[in-house]
Amino acid sequence: MKVTVKYFGVIAETVGKSEEVLELEQGLSVKELKDQQIKKYQISDAASLQIAVNQNLNKEVELKDGDEVAFLPPFAGG
Amino acid sequence: MDKKKPKKVFVHGAIPPEKIANSIANHQSKTNIGAHSIFLGQIRADVIEGKTVSAIEYSAYEDMAERVFHEIREAAFSKFDITCAHIYHSLGEVKTGELCLFVFTSSAHRKIAIEACNYFVEEIKANVPIFGKEIFEDETHQWKVNT
Repeated sequence: MKVTVKYFGVIAETVGKSEEVLELEQGLSVKELKDQQIKKYQISDAASLQIAVNQNLNKEVELKDGDEVAFLPPFAGG
Repeated sequence: MDKKKPKKVFVHGAIPPEKIANSIANHQSKTNIGAHSIFLGQIRADVIEGKTVSAIEYSAYEDMAERVFHEIREAAFSKFDITCAHIYHSLGEVKTGELCLFVFTSSAHRKIAIEACNYFVEEIKANVPIFGKEIFEDETHQWKVNT
């Protein structure tokens, strides 16, 4: 299955890109993808990282083909 | 009612002070309003480890942010008896002393307008996926975190 992963703020800086499409094995969970990317890109400060799946925050779900997963550092609006 | 209209929140660069004056002028025909409350966020020249912030460069997960802004609006209109509400937030670079957030709530009476305005500001800071890169005068940077 194909999943679009988006990176923002300091995470995009660490990863070196703002978006990539990943071919993932069926049944992978959000947490598994998160752990995999943290390790792959050596993302520090993982504790403050929030994940949105199709714009919904921190939903512990199984990923589906076509999902959009966003890696979000702490918010700083205002 | 402007409650139902989709609103474009993001503006590129700083929010010009004239926008605030124009917004006030645009509400003078709405004579059921008795009170406006306005919040303006301004970029502060923080000094961090001897380096002074000269600007913040804002970015956002725009699609999600617009949706969250809309949800905050819906929640505010159900919680508070406000006549209208407007939010503008900057994207891109905003220099120190310039405005990056403009929240404008209106109601028949002051208390509701003030409470609603405060609600918007707190919700925006906590829940909207906006990111800020604090750029120092020496062109190095660090990433801002809301406290």
